[in-house]
Amino acid sequence: MSGWLLRRAVQAAATFGIALTLLFVLMRAAPGDPLSRLGEDRPLSLREIEVLRARYGLDQPVVKQFGNFLEGLVRGDLGVSIEYGRPVTALLAERLPATVLLGGTVLLLNFGVGLWLGVRQAVRRGATEDRWLTALSLTGYAMPSFWLGLVLAWLVGVELRLLPAAGMQDPLLSSDAGALTRAGDVLRHLVLPAFTLSIVSIAATMRYQRTAMLEVLRLPYIVTARAKGLADREVIWRHAWRNALFPIITLFALWLPILVSGSVFVEAVFAWPGLGSLAAGAVGSRDYPLLMGASLLVAALVVVSGFLADIAYALLDPRVRLA
Amino acid sequence: MNLALETLRTAWRDPRGRLGGMVLLVVTVAAIVGPWLLPDPRAQPDILGGSLPPAIAHPFGTDQLSRNVLSRVVAGARISLSVALLAVALSVSLGAAVGLVSGYWGGTVDAALMRVVDGALAIPRLFILLLVLAVWERVTILALILLIGATGWFATSRLVRAEVLRIREEGYVWAAVALGAKRRRIIFWHLLPNALGPLLVAATLGVGDVILLEAGLSFLGLGIQPPTPSWGGMILDSKEVLVSAPWVGLFPGLAIVVTVFSVNLFGDALRDAVDPRSA
Repeated sequence: MSGWLLRRAVQAAATFGIALTLLFVLMRAAPGDPLSRLGEDRPLSLREIEVLRARYGLDQPVVKQFGNFLEGLVRGDLGVSIEYGRPVTALLAERLPATVLLGGTVLLLNFGVGLWLGVRQAVRRGATEDRWLTALSLTGYAMPSFWLGLVLAWLVGVELRLLPAAGMQDPLLSSDAGALTRAGDVLRHLVLPAFTLSIVSIAATMRYQRTAMLEVLRLPYIVTARAKGLADREVIWRHAWRNALFPIITLFALWLPILVSGSVFVEAVFAWPGLGSLAAGAVGSRDYPLLMGASLLVAALVVVSGFLADIAYALLDPRVRLA
Repeated sequence: MNLALETLRTAWRDPRGRLGGMVLLVVTVAAIVGPWLLPDPRAQPDILGGSLPPAIAHPFGTDQLSRNVLSRVVAGARISLSVALLAVALSVSLGAAVGLVSGYWGGTVDAALMRVVDGALAIPRLFILLLVLAVWERVTILALILLIGATGWFATSRLVRAEVLRIREEGYVWAAVALGAKRRRIIFWHLLPNALGPLLVAATLGVGDVILLEAGLSFLGLGIQPPTPSWGGMILDSKEVLVSAPWVGLFPGLAIVVTVFSVNLFGDALRDAVDPRSA
């Protein structure tokens, strides 16, 4: 097991190394250099360009730049944001909690509701309910998250006035409001973004769980369990579902990029102060150090969650680590 | 090739495949023929009159510049579908090429290629595109297609590689090798045709993904640039009249939902035709 673990850890580190090299190459492969876009809004003098190029280290050879970039990365220094003029790391850290709250809620929703619906579908394979659930989840999957967000913000937030359509806190909330009132306020703001993000991404969880469950339901031990006269509920949840849950663990690593990409749009639409809206804003201001930092953070998250998913899988299913 | 045709036929027999296929046909025909039958999507007959709700003269209403929303949705279909089809053709070809090389040659080549694919898969496609599009100079539609295509082949190469690894151990491939078949014959006569089924599924589902991706990029102002109408760009423009004229953004969004839904429905039927166990 420890040999396997070590191999897998080295592999994860290599994957991240390649990802960050790719990101660096992509940015440097751009025609012109990253600062060329800055002059579009306001003409820059040659002198200004010189100073800016020196400030961002763009006047040095590419290999040296890559060295500086790696060195900064080790020290936790991802450079300075062009728009905010502050360290990228600080900006990312500031915006992380809101995204974790939104992402965590969607995670719970998708893996709670999605797995349950997926199992129901597998059990009722081919029946009307299965077909309807497939159609509904596919419809959600086909929706652009930003469009669904706008429609819900208009319908629920503006027309019906049921829930706040933007932000994370009510700016009019008095400063001496209790912790409970504040939490309730954040929760009310959370509903629409979380719902939007969940609708557009729950299909993957349902589909995966349905397939995994169908695989298991075919196995002879399920027939045995039924032949023993066990109740349906017992067979489905205790016998079948436990084994159909393993493949779902690997889904987590696949699903994370979908969630992160979706949150860029949803956070932008609902002005949710997280990493997604930070990235969406950075696009408009051509803030490449910030985009680079956000991409690196996401890549790290994807690699680490893939690694953890593999470990969890191996712990639960010995066949994986013995193979 | 016969196998691919057979797969398409099986998918067409599936009611989902037929429904998805027919809707796609309608959308495609509308995208090709529509612009000749409908008013000019760029015309601004009454720019001071503001946005009008749906009526017989303009079934989807008009936008804040008094442009016909239906015309623009249909014109947008042309753009979105072309971008998606071309980008997916590129990414599927790249994925097939890398997957074939990786799976057939194996060894160091395979290891190196798959490490790069692992690394690339760790960065969500959207973030790669955001970074590139934000830094690069003005991006033309052709460049956009190339960029979307060039960032979409990683998962496909994995898929094709896995298929090749499976197929090359089949009896008929051994037999071909024993008969002295050349490498080229084995790759293009045995490996590629037998991997076409899963590749077709990946391509179909890829079209749906790219339509959403392009709409998202255009919504962020990075994809198709105005005045060229695109579904994502129309939704972006509709934000300013969200409350006073909700139809401006509603219809381009519905166009995306209907198209992507049909593509995925057809893809599902194809998937079940390729691998009946997943049904």
